[in-house]
Amino acid sequence: MKFEKYDSKATRFGFGEALVALGERDERVVVLGGDITGSVMTSYFKERFPERFFSMGIAEQNATTVAAGLALSGKIPFFASYGAFCALRNADQLRISVCYNEANVKIGGGHSGISVGPDGATHQVLEDIAYLHALPKMTLVVPCDYVEARKATIAIGEMVGPAYIRFGREATPVFTKDDTPFTLGKAEVFREGTDVAIIACGPMVWEALHAAEVLSAEGIEARVINMHTIKPLDTATIAAAARDCGAIVTAEEAQIIGGLGSAVAQVVVKNHPVPMEFVGVTDTFGGSGTPDELMKAFGLTHDFIVASVRKVLRRRAGELDGVHEMTEVGMPGEEPKNYPKPGVVFPIDELVAADRATEQVA
Amino acid sequence: MPYTNERRTPEKMAEVATEIRRDIVRMLVEAKSGHSGGPLGSADIFAVLYMGGVMKHDPANPHMPGRDRFVLSAGHMCPVLYATLANAGYFPKSELMTLRKFGTRLQGHPGRDMELPGIETSSGSLGQGLSIAVGMAMAEKLLDHSDARVYCLTGDGELQEGSIWESVMSAAHYGLDNFCMIVDNNDCQIDGRVPDVMNVYPIRAKFESFNFHVIDVDGHDHGALLRAFDEARSVSGRPTCIIAKTYMGAGVSFMQDRFEWHGKPPSADQAAIALEELTRTS
Repeated sequence: MKFEKYDSKATRFGFGEALVALGERDERVVVLGGDITGSVMTSYFKERFPERFFSMGIAEQNATTVAAGLALSGKIPFFASYGAFCALRNADQLRISVCYNEANVKIGGGHSGISVGPDGATHQVLEDIAYLHALPKMTLVVPCDYVEARKATIAIGEMVGPAYIRFGREATPVFTKDDTPFTLGKAEVFREGTDVAIIACGPMVWEALHAAEVLSAEGIEARVINMHTIKPLDTATIAAAARDCGAIVTAEEAQIIGGLGSAVAQVVVKNHPVPMEFVGVTDTFGGSGTPDELMKAFGLTHDFIVASVRKVLRRRAGELDGVHEMTEVGMPGEEPKNYPKPGVVFPIDELVAADRATEQVA
Repeated sequence: MPYTNERRTPEKMAEVATEIRRDIVRMLVEAKSGHSGGPLGSADIFAVLYMGGVMKHDPANPHMPGRDRFVLSAGHMCPVLYATLANAGYFPKSELMTLRKFGTRLQGHPGRDMELPGIETSSGSLGQGLSIAVGMAMAEKLLDHSDARVYCLTGDGELQEGSIWESVMSAAHYGLDNFCMIVDNNDCQIDGRVPDVMNVYPIRAKFESFNFHVIDVDGHDHGALLRAFDEARSVSGRPTCIIAKTYMGAGVSFMQDRFEWHGKPPSADQAAIALEELTRTS
């Protein structure tokens, strides 16, 4: 299908390249490293502008707060690490020193979502959106691909005030172009439709477009909205989607509790209540595996979006009455199933027996 | 009193410190809440820093480029900072009586959003002010190559915060000789004596091992404080930590060296006694 013709590249490269561009045009731009510069691509800036790069070691609380001090002295500091460490470990520093101060600090959060892969749950940040969009003064951007990550990084560098950009480790399809419109706080409708709206952020926008193609074959025309800015949220586009489409599915690679879905639901309920379904991580921690395995296992591929659309349309039609648990994805009894995280999949007993047999031979 | 950057004698400093203490007592009794002990105990340090000719600053121009900066990392001690700033001429002394009231610029812990002249940053979540000060010192020394200095005061209990040591490590790593922190070593915190709550001693050896220049000083001796700040200025290639031995509640007999006075204001009767004592000592 046509979705396979695009090249893939991780959003983190867009972040790293944009930092160099920002550094070239404004000497107030400085970058703080947290020992994983080659992983969150601040290494590009470090090479190009060594005098404006500061290694801060494995000490994210200090790096965040030092960035606030630099900002209060007129600099435009970027600090990047894995989201687990630069959105949550430093949560109080972000709240007080960055946001309460309205310090012009920019945070780049890498390794976001389940697609981090084999590193496992500790390094797969899923709760960052919930926390960050609750912070007053914070701007939160989740670009959908490499090209948008570049634009979003430039945009937060040019605005004044605290901002966070969430990017991923894994290569994902590059489907936007240099001339695709991008304005902070302004969602983009990537596909027109009035049967249902799919509102997504990050690489899940790609999955949403894929789902829309599948649905189109069934005669369901979905409006696909790229909600790249979660704060400030484009309430007008959400309210219009609710009015025009009458049903909404959100999709994100993050906890649905407090995530994009929660933010959208607040706008929908306040403006024009319609049935909603939520695709995302359902109140569980991640785990090890390949990105593909994990995206399937955690219910984050396009077929889960398709199932959720079918369900939300049946609910709109007055079917499927009753209480729907937040952890329930798709329709009861149909594939893909309700998702709670699978347990251990390896046959431990067999492995133990095999070990014993090997020992006996030796 | 009109402010000037000129040096004052230790005797003059004592007068200034007493006036700051009297204001602290007046503010707290009016506010009916707030911290008495630390502010009274550190008044001498503030008098010397702001009105002893140590800091380069201009109350008429709080955002003066190239100014020295002061960060109060122990944000709960803000009554002493507010009283000092008002006495230096940053804002009217009468505004001190709005401390902690609805709509005041004198928030319970400093809030940069209220734009009170002289407040460089919000603080109150312990440990963070020190890192902010390090960031400011990095900007001045490493990026702007200015000779501005950054001063930061922490409590001694505050040294229990882990991020303090991240911050200390980075100040030494970048050789921030424009950075001077002061530890208000009154040995008291809310729950009791510092070594009983969580021992932070030996403080000197800790900072020396992090490659700081360390100065021990009597935090109530104005002449010694002036000499300590002069010494800090003369150090090259290393940040300085001044360990100022103070008594919590200094100047008020029934508060002095009593940790119970960390976080409460005097009653009206107690304030009258305190003000009477502070008149006699001036």
